[in-house]
Amino acid sequence: MSDSRLPASFMAPGTSSFADFLGAEAPDLLPSRRAVPTGDAGQLAPHGTTIVAATFAGGVVMAGDRRATMGNIIAQRDIEKVFPADEFSVVGIAGTAGLAVEMVRLFQTELEHYEKIEGTTLSMDGKSNRLAALIRSNLGLAMQGLAVVPLFAGYDLTADQGRIFSYDVTGGRYEETAFHSVGSGSLFARGSLKKLYREDLDAEGAVTAVVQALYDAADDDSATGGPDLTRRIFPVVHVITPDGGRRLPDDEVATIADRMIAARMQRPDGPAAALT
Amino acid sequence: MSMPFYVSPEQLMKDRADFARKGIARGRSVIAVQYADGVLFVSENPSQALHKVSEIYDRIAFAAVGRYNEFENLRIAGVRLADMRGYAYDRRDVTGRGLANAYAQTLGTIFSSGGEKPYEVEIFVAEIGDAAEDDQLYRLTYDGQVADEHGYAVMGGAADVVAGHLAQHYVAGASLEDTLRVAVAALGHSESEDRVIPAGDLEVAALDRTRTQPRKFLRLRAARLAEILGGRGAEEADETAPEDAVAGSGPRQSGQDDPADPTDQVSGATPPLEDPVTGEPPVAPPVAPPVAPPVAPPPPAPEPDQPGTPPPPTEPGQV
Repeated sequence: MSDSRLPASFMAPGTSSFADFLGAEAPDLLPSRRAVPTGDAGQLAPHGTTIVAATFAGGVVMAGDRRATMGNIIAQRDIEKVFPADEFSVVGIAGTAGLAVEMVRLFQTELEHYEKIEGTTLSMDGKSNRLAALIRSNLGLAMQGLAVVPLFAGYDLTADQGRIFSYDVTGGRYEETAFHSVGSGSLFARGSLKKLYREDLDAEGAVTAVVQALYDAADDDSATGGPDLTRRIFPVVHVITPDGGRRLPDDEVATIADRMIAARMQRPDGPAAALT
Repeated sequence: MSMPFYVSPEQLMKDRADFARKGIARGRSVIAVQYADGVLFVSENPSQALHKVSEIYDRIAFAAVGRYNEFENLRIAGVRLADMRGYAYDRRDVTGRGLANAYAQTLGTIFSSGGEKPYEVEIFVAEIGDAAEDDQLYRLTYDGQVADEHGYAVMGGAADVVAGHLAQHYVAGASLEDTLRVAVAALGHSESEDRVIPAGDLEVAALDRTRTQPRKFLRLRAARLAEILGGRGAEEADETAPEDAVAGSGPRQSGQDDPADPTDQVSGATPPLEDPVTGEPPVAPPVAPPVAPPVAPPPPAPEPDQPGTPPPPTEPGQV
């Protein structure tokens, strides 16, 4: 740390936002302030793909596949794209992986910084609006192919329910009901969840539904990774309840994935939904 | 054009130190004490909103006594510094020593600069490691001195009395519950009596290395405190202390020197630091009683950085 007196800007009263403080004090540290030469930079870096979230009676789950792609190349097999934002919320990111991970770190710091300075946590809507502001500031880079599209979910202790928010690259924020998915395989994952999701699911049922949805996404989208049985790499799954959030241990996810795969050995398209 | 009076550097620093010490002595004490699983902070603070003990980072906490607005300023600066460093480097690169250094430099610069009022604060910065012997506890004073404390430390109003009680009863490596009981008893101890502080008037927080989350700071709420402390006899709240948070405790105009009021205009043996009304820098404290004019007045030392200032207005109550 600095060996001299703290700069006056550190002592100045004012913003409780870490991103705003950083923008004034060290703008080069903000992910959105990068100067990128004109042209499409989208092929330069790996892209993360599919994220799925679903609510259940006592909370919300979010899961992400483990693949990052660069064109037709699989850049990484075991990337993690779902992160806890704070104790009661979680954020999953599709899009340019490097920027996305940096933006998640900024968002995590933003929430913790507010909590420490103000002595209280932001509301669920406040958190989702802050994330929208961070995405909005990235619009310039998004137009050059470096888009970051998050999915945000958490347990709202005031409303006493799990909530899901989706975003577009311009920072538009949309609250979703029941379930949602973002990323390249999201169309297939959402179609799958439409048939699998029920309102009376418990936590384990909701986890099974999102793992099934990711399998269906991987089935039809080359950029989404399915369960890697030889290397035992399974989706990252976070479950958030009124007691807080936790990442499901790998062996729990493996048990659910193994059960699903055993069933798909009999019926490769997954569970059949009733016609009426 | 009037001539500025000469003030020796020793006198200047002594005045500023006395001023800061007076402000700090008005507040209630804060105890920082090491226990088996970390560091515990205990203070008597009836306010539920204005904290004396706060979280800075994963393993670093901050406690302060003195003027609320000043230490709140320092706390926010510390949070910003820690978060910025953790974001730019890594969470493990945020250290208590770095933070204590930044605070020491800041307090020291403010104390020795002529233009600013010295901060009336004392600060603890604590950091816990993976084992008890890695725990660190720094105590920073208003003039920027840093001391590395071991076991326990007390700052604030009755620090000597409380520390004396702790010295007799502190046991190294005790549990959280036992350490808390000793610390609360020490806070209630005074030379005349032993008071039982109500659980609702205590502010207790700890850095607890047994927590599974990366953020090790936790507050112990009144219900949990009552459960740990158990029946201790009749509780007795402290009388309202003339602390900074109490409205209407501003400067009093009287002809008496009031040691509890650093803004009073009469200072007995201690000359006032600066005119509280005009905020003039200390140029003319009447050090000796003006019995006879000095035989050889000090030469008008050319002080390029101290422009000619008018003499302070005659203070009420002074001959």
